[in-house]
Amino acid sequence: MIEFQNVTKIYPNQNRAALENVDLTIEKGEFVFLVGPSGSGKSSFLRLALREEKPSTGRILVAGKDLARLPNYKVPHLRRRIGCVFQDFRLLSNKSVYQNVAFALEVIGKPRRFIKRVVPEVIDLVGLEGKHERMPNELSGGEQQRVAMARAFVNRPQILLADEPTGNIDPATSIGIMKVLDRINRTGTTVVMATHDAAIVDSMRKRVIELEYGKIVRDQVRGVYGQAY
Amino acid sequence: MRSNFVFQEIWIGLRRNLTMTVALIVVVAISLSLLGTGLLFIKQVNSTRTYWQSKVEISVYMCTADSANTTCHGAYTQAQYAQINQTLHSMPQVQNVFFQTQDQAYTQFKQFFANDQAYVSTVKPNDIPASFEVKLKNPEADYNIVYSAVNGAAGVDLVVNEMTILDKFYKLLDGLRNAVVIVALILVVAAVLLVSNTIRLSAFNRRRETGIMRLVGASNLYIQMPFLLEGVIAGLFGWVLAAGLLIGVKSLLLNNLQQYFSYNVGLSTGDLVQVIVLAMCVGVLLCGVTSFVTLRRYLRV
Repeated sequence: MIEFQNVTKIYPNQNRAALENVDLTIEKGEFVFLVGPSGSGKSSFLRLALREEKPSTGRILVAGKDLARLPNYKVPHLRRRIGCVFQDFRLLSNKSVYQNVAFALEVIGKPRRFIKRVVPEVIDLVGLEGKHERMPNELSGGEQQRVAMARAFVNRPQILLADEPTGNIDPATSIGIMKVLDRINRTGTTVVMATHDAAIVDSMRKRVIELEYGKIVRDQVRGVYGQAY
Repeated sequence: MRSNFVFQEIWIGLRRNLTMTVALIVVVAISLSLLGTGLLFIKQVNSTRTYWQSKVEISVYMCTADSANTTCHGAYTQAQYAQINQTLHSMPQVQNVFFQTQDQAYTQFKQFFANDQAYVSTVKPNDIPASFEVKLKNPEADYNIVYSAVNGAAGVDLVVNEMTILDKFYKLLDGLRNAVVIVALILVVAAVLLVSNTIRLSAFNRRRETGIMRLVGASNLYIQMPFLLEGVIAGLFGWVLAAGLLIGVKSLLLNNLQQYFSYNVGLSTGDLVQVIVLAMCVGVLLCGVTSFVTLRRYLRV
């Protein structure tokens, strides 16, 4: 589903590579943790997979598409197959829960009837039953992140990229977030989650890829956050 | 494409930076109306010029008995008349020649100054020169050829080209028109910069929305359309104001010019409509293209 072949990414005006010779394959339906200290290249990895950046060298395949050969006008179609969740939720504060989720479908031109059917289902899936009309500032951090996950998942993407989704949330609430991610993963969606949260990684027992200074230092099928820490 | 979503976005954008939008509309309106005024002026000048050009003549004044001109030795002779008559008739540039005798010229003179009998009584028929009124096929190009053919010839006192008198008038009109067009062009540049700034501000205000739109895979067209239309709609508002101003310019200014002329110099409604339509095209293109170029720079994939 996501394949990096010898990918190196050097940002302009930087001597050190953000990613160096990264070579990995993530299969369809996998749940993968991307761990490592800040600046180790986790976010660069996600940005490259989204084609927000292009690699300096190497090849990236996402959802069967070679990103280097993907013309600019097709990038939006790639992104429709990838859902994204961030540490800072990125909700629209002037829209309700329902409107925030529906927004993702409106802007890709889905018919209204489809939106009316699908959005409530997804809001219920992330555990926000009965909170459709709440505004983001009336919700807790955990609930806001659930809205963000509903928005990322509402178009049924093949891949869900999560960049430290529990970074702003207390450990107890994080468990709920992880349950939602797990539920999404069980529908067949590939989930890649970058995180610092050792407790979560250890409890999930999923594949762990550890990055350090842009290089993969560990890739375990049923890993924990790290022995060294 | 969900049209009401797009229109909602445009409305939000226009309302959110209302002051910028108003400034934009006013500048577009003024620049378009000045541009239109310039165009109306060009049409006005052209129509008067065509009118006059069909009327202007070269007057070849013949010597009178007491001409002050040193080339004159008394009144012109019959032979001299025949010579010049023949020269003028043989020239291909000449459309027609009319000879006005002294008597005819004197009668005309008396008519012109009928209210001033004292003046008429001091002028004797012999003081008024006879003249050839020469009509040229192409006054602007052929004037010098005809002029040099008869100027200084025996029996000729003075050659007067009516074009030279009109030229001064045209220079004034042309100067006025150029000034209007230059000011309009400067304002067009200001409008372009203002459109660009307004769109940039609008894009910056909604960077959160556009960021999410990009993330969930909205197409570029979908993301850019509200901004693009925002510029075009502001341009259209400006154009409507400009159209009103242009109608005012025509009915108050150019139509009043009419009263200073004894002939019809008025511009038709068709001319006005043409200018207004052109102003719309300029306005919409200006705002649309500027918005598009700005968005290329500030809303990348």
